[in-house]
Amino acid sequence: MNSRRKGSTCAIEVQGLHKAFGPLSVLRRLSLRVEWGECLVLLGPNGSGKTTLLKVLATLARPDAGQVQVAGYDQRQYPAHVRAAVGMLGHHSLLYDELTPEENLRFYGRLYSVAGLEQRIAEVLKRVGMAERRRQRVRTMSHGMQRRVALARAILHDPPVLLLDEPESGLDQEALSLLKGILKGTVEHGGSVLMSTHNLEQGLALGDRIAILAGGRIAYLESARTLDAAAVQGAFRRHTGASL
Amino acid sequence: MTNFWRAVLTILWKDILLEVRAKETITPVLVFAFLVVIIFNFAFEPTPLLVVTVAPGILWVAFTFAGVLGLSRSFAVEKDKGSLDGLMLAPVGREAIYFGKLLGSFLFMLVVELLMLPPFLVLFNVPLFEPEFLITAMVATLGFAAVGTVFSAMSVNTRAREIMLPVLFFPIVLPVIIGAVAASGPILEEGSWSDIAGWLQFMVAFDAIFLVVSSLTFQFVLEE
Amino acid sequence: MLADLALIFLWVPTDATMGIVQRVFYFHVPSAWVGFLAFFVVFVGSIAYLVKPAPRWDALAHSAAEIGTLFMTIVLITGPIWARPVWGVWWTWSPQLTTSLILWLIYVAYLMLRAYAPTQQQAARYSAVLGIIGFVDVPIIYFAAILWRDIHPEKVVGPMAERGSLAPEMLFVFLFSVLTFTVLFVMFLQQRLTVRRAEDTLAQARRASSR
Repeated sequence: MNSRRKGSTCAIEVQGLHKAFGPLSVLRRLSLRVEWGECLVLLGPNGSGKTTLLKVLATLARPDAGQVQVAGYDQRQYPAHVRAAVGMLGHHSLLYDELTPEENLRFYGRLYSVAGLEQRIAEVLKRVGMAERRRQRVRTMSHGMQRRVALARAILHDPPVLLLDEPESGLDQEALSLLKGILKGTVEHGGSVLMSTHNLEQGLALGDRIAILAGGRIAYLESARTLDAAAVQGAFRRHTGASL
Repeated sequence: MTNFWRAVLTILWKDILLEVRAKETITPVLVFAFLVVIIFNFAFEPTPLLVVTVAPGILWVAFTFAGVLGLSRSFAVEKDKGSLDGLMLAPVGREAIYFGKLLGSFLFMLVVELLMLPPFLVLFNVPLFEPEFLITAMVATLGFAAVGTVFSAMSVNTRAREIMLPVLFFPIVLPVIIGAVAASGPILEEGSWSDIAGWLQFMVAFDAIFLVVSSLTFQFVLEE
Repeated sequence: MLADLALIFLWVPTDATMGIVQRVFYFHVPSAWVGFLAFFVVFVGSIAYLVKPAPRWDALAHSAAEIGTLFMTIVLITGPIWARPVWGVWWTWSPQLTTSLILWLIYVAYLMLRAYAPTQQQAARYSAVLGIIGFVDVPIIYFAAILWRDIHPEKVVGPMAERGSLAPEMLFVFLFSVLTFTVLFVMFLQQRLTVRRAEDTLAQARRASSR
């Protein structure tokens, strides 16, 4: 985890972030802080801007206004540093169908200049339980298996900041516990996780804090330790008018 | 080796590997280019005397159409599984992505052109395995790829992308097509380097200008 | 504009060899001038937008492109009207004509691209890239067409070669036309920008009310 800026006080710092698509404002002066060594879980109805927020943090989308710092680097000034510090798992697997997991990871590993690449590939594939299938083409794999390899891709360069967009989708019980282990490991080593989810139970189990995104900003933010499912559901209904 | 070139070669290598694995693009493109040549043969019905006049045109129309097909695949493979985001997430310069994809398209088109030459030679009985022609083809193809890579990345996001790419691409590369056809003419008549030097210089200038302009503007096409 | 029309149809003497149709000249060439001028505005607006993505730069480039398309269309319609009686053909692949036609095609591609882009920002950015690449390409196309002519000797003489010198009255009316068309272009551009601002406001209001 050397891609973190020395002396950076927190993993993610967002201030007054504004992002619109044409006349539609998705994020409105959103502010958020994620500390090192914590996992923040983001809840929100469809279209509330969870994916957009993660994309902005990962430098995939350009903010219209506001300050965004990831791992101590300003997203606008040092996009390459932010990219090196971030591991992102989105809706797409980002894998090439005709290549094997090993080849996919080799490709991305070279782009990230991962040291000791072959060893690292074997390691992450083992961590997601795909070691035996490392030479099978991705197109022949089930959706769940592809999600596992996609997860391996996201953590390949050992990023200090993990951005996960509904990571539990498509994962079976075994893969879920693997994911849990990876998140715990990241947090325990001082890294940070920001994940969006629709699954309240999973969110409460994984997150240190729970945030609700509504109306383009963080409408609710509480420590997960003091919360139960009913309390979060109540807050969710209050802020979004929908139920979880 | 600097990070830049390592990234370029990594992207190029991935594209080559994908194409060798799937052969999804090269086979249909070759068949298509061959069909274009055959259709033109019947459209013009060139006599041996006429062949020298129309052959360069037929050849470059086939190459251009085949090239557009190849270019449209170049970013379609990235788009369909969202792997373009994967490239964007990587800590490499956007120029490296441009040059990596450009070299992939360039090599792809060159291979198609080389494979097209023997059937063309048989059908039209013209000398094409000349160094003059091979250099002309390389210079022109580089120009195609330099401009086409930007428009391929653009059109893959638009509606009606199969139509948008040629609509964007053809007017801009027209000077290269003119140059390639004009330079191929003297070659088929057994001309020498001096006959095509002017056109070669012109196309090299085109390549240089658009390599610069395209690599500078490419990053704006990638962003969401 | 009215004064220009009056000058063209009432005052300037009819050309001795070309006859009444020569008066098209006072529309044709100034339109071409505006067409190319507009593309320069597109180019400047495009660069400005990529450097600093403010909507007004995009509005400028987009509006100029629309007006430029209009004037280039006028050029391509009036050209053959003039050429047919004078040269005996509707069309010839002279460098000027080729470049005008390709410029028109680039304009059309530009407007299509905007219509087919997935989001407004992408439409703005894509068309800005095309505006820059296209503008750089135009002189290259012209140059290629000249080189091409060199190896294919002209069958008909180009407009510039044939005209020789203009009578003083003709020159005056011609320059007056160029001036009028340029003023017309600036006025159109202002109008279009106002309309575009209104469109944006309307879209915003619609969004706000649909919430």
